[in-house]
Amino acid sequence: MTDRTRTGPQARENEMAGQTLYDKLWSQHLVKERDDGTALIYIDRQLLHEVTSPQAFEGLRLAGRKPWRLDANLATPDHNVPTTLKERAEGNAGIEDPVSLIQVQTLDDNCAEFGIEEYRINDPRQGIVHVVGPEQGATLPGMTVVCGDSHTATHGAFAALAHGIGTSEVEHVLATQCLLAQKMKNMQVRVEGTLGAGVTAKDIVLAIIGRIGTAGGTGYAIEFAGSAIRELSMEGRMTVCNMAIEAGARVGLIAVDDTTIDYLEGRHYAPAGEQWEAALADWRALVSDADAEFDKVVTLEAGEIEPQVSWGTSPEMVTGIGGEVPDPAEAADETARTGITRALEYMGLAPKQKITDIRLDKVFIGSCTNSRIEDLREAAKVARGKKVADSIKLAMVVPGSGLVKRQAEEEGLDKIFLEAGFEWREPGCSMCLAMNADKLGAGEHCASTSNRNFEGRQGYGGRTHLVSPAMAAAAAIAGHFVDVRDFGDAANDATQQQEA
Amino acid sequence: MQKFERLDGLVAPLDRANVDTDLIIPKQFLKSIQRTGFGVNLFDELRYLDEGQPGQDVSNRPLNPDFVLNQPRYQGASVLLARQNFGCGSSREHAPWALADFGFRVVIAPSFADIFYNNAFKNGILLIKLPESVVDRLFAEVEASEGYRLDVDLEQQRVVTPSGEILEFEVDAFRKHCLLEGLDDIGITLQNEDAIRDFEQNHREARPWLFRDEASA
Repeated sequence: MTDRTRTGPQARENEMAGQTLYDKLWSQHLVKERDDGTALIYIDRQLLHEVTSPQAFEGLRLAGRKPWRLDANLATPDHNVPTTLKERAEGNAGIEDPVSLIQVQTLDDNCAEFGIEEYRINDPRQGIVHVVGPEQGATLPGMTVVCGDSHTATHGAFAALAHGIGTSEVEHVLATQCLLAQKMKNMQVRVEGTLGAGVTAKDIVLAIIGRIGTAGGTGYAIEFAGSAIRELSMEGRMTVCNMAIEAGARVGLIAVDDTTIDYLEGRHYAPAGEQWEAALADWRALVSDADAEFDKVVTLEAGEIEPQVSWGTSPEMVTGIGGEVPDPAEAADETARTGITRALEYMGLAPKQKITDIRLDKVFIGSCTNSRIEDLREAAKVARGKKVADSIKLAMVVPGSGLVKRQAEEEGLDKIFLEAGFEWREPGCSMCLAMNADKLGAGEHCASTSNRNFEGRQGYGGRTHLVSPAMAAAAAIAGHFVDVRDFGDAANDATQQQEA
Repeated sequence: MQKFERLDGLVAPLDRANVDTDLIIPKQFLKSIQRTGFGVNLFDELRYLDEGQPGQDVSNRPLNPDFVLNQPRYQGASVLLARQNFGCGSSREHAPWALADFGFRVVIAPSFADIFYNNAFKNGILLIKLPESVVDRLFAEVEASEGYRLDVDLEQQRVVTPSGEILEFEVDAFRKHCLLEGLDDIGITLQNEDAIRDFEQNHREARPWLFRDEASA
């Protein structure tokens, strides 16, 4: 086939070229398209939480509108629920911060008033929306999924067209079951080969962001492909898609395969019986055609990816565990130099400082990026039989949902963490964005399995280093960053787990 | 939504790339269930020398004198001049709410993050993308000339500098229309109610498992 210049989606359809996965999902949900490219797309699922929904419900009330389709919505409080058992024991009444309490209570009231299903604070199904949706089978291949949260990209791991929206759009979807949208461009990120021992999905996505930059995916839907992606579990795939937004792309996608289908079978909202069979036939087509063309293709070699650690205040400021903090004097241009200088000042790091010399104050294992069962298993394997370093003020593990917590406890992971000196908490977003009481103090360095290392993200003046769960656990024990691959048998076990 | 037609506004420069929405409005202020009142906490961590709390009286908080919006010459600015990838990160609409509440109606930058771009237009804020070289030059001009204003005309899709230079910009026809008329998206979409119902009916027949009431049947 000869090279073609793309002149937009319409031109391509006319040429009958193959479709990307994103193209297919888009056209399956296209209600109407205006001449200027603005389209109305139908939304199958909206996930709601307490922070970005109150103004949307208020808007509905003021306009006298009702939700278009109740069963498309599912709600749970996650962003500012407390994670200590003491506060959680009393449900909403135990929330000590009165402002947080109002917000959580408002979600409960709105869901009750409008008739939307909600998993309330101590429901065992409660958790981070992006953990709960897939866990319940409320996220299915071929869906459009939205939520007032940028990490909605997570659900793309199921070949669902999923992205974050603002509160005005939350209201728009509630009222119309549609979203005004413009078609994105297609990017494929291929990760080929086999990951080294101790290297995980988190390291893949951090390496991708380090490569293409925090705006590298702006305007694109990114499809992650290649043998290393295919080898990942659903948990790993969710970790990768989750951080597509940190590369600027609202949408991350992975094609359907047996791994996807095996994960979904038997989930609460997944189809059953004849519908399951019909759905399977439909889902199997949710892959990019062999002759599909992407506007941009990026390829990484899995074998070259080291465990990653972010050193700066943007997720693109990341390097391998064997690396060092960059020297602004060696920056490519003035903008980069200014950015690195400001980041090092905020982070309290010196140029060329070795990553393994960064000492830590706190460790956070959790967030919509890394709080699923596999993440907790990987961290527990590293922590088993060891002790958190005395210099660490707080090391906490926050499961992504009540069901993840229960499963982890059935597997005895909670005991491993507790014996090692970690705190074992109740589910929620917790210190990923520090809207509840879990936060960093000024100047504190944190090894965090979350997704953003922005200034102040985990607390005023706090210094975040993004890492995988295994790397976070190893850092907790050593008191500084260490290469998890050198950390006893844990790394080997973690890899076997992934391959199993 | 407030209409935007034309604005002759004082320009404030924020010389920093990748300004994220956590920086525009830190998370503790997201606990509000209102759409208004975020302006006093816009760029809170840059603007004040202490840690801000929701509901706090800001009049006694120590201001950071080095921060651009605290400088006397930029008081009353309604046009923000910014760097690449402005608005990256979280989808919080509190970011454009804070900008609008503070008084900004226009942000000019070489590029914007996607979700922020959508959110801003839905709140009557016009985002203008200009080439990096042009933005560089505007930064120099603003710095050099106190009281620097830009005349922003959405209908004509152009910005006029004090020297009379005309800078044209692109904006989607639909967003432009909504902004010029101050239209509510939901009302416009509901004009297509029949088309949505038809689509939904076909969608349900083709893929009934996407509807929870059917999936468990």
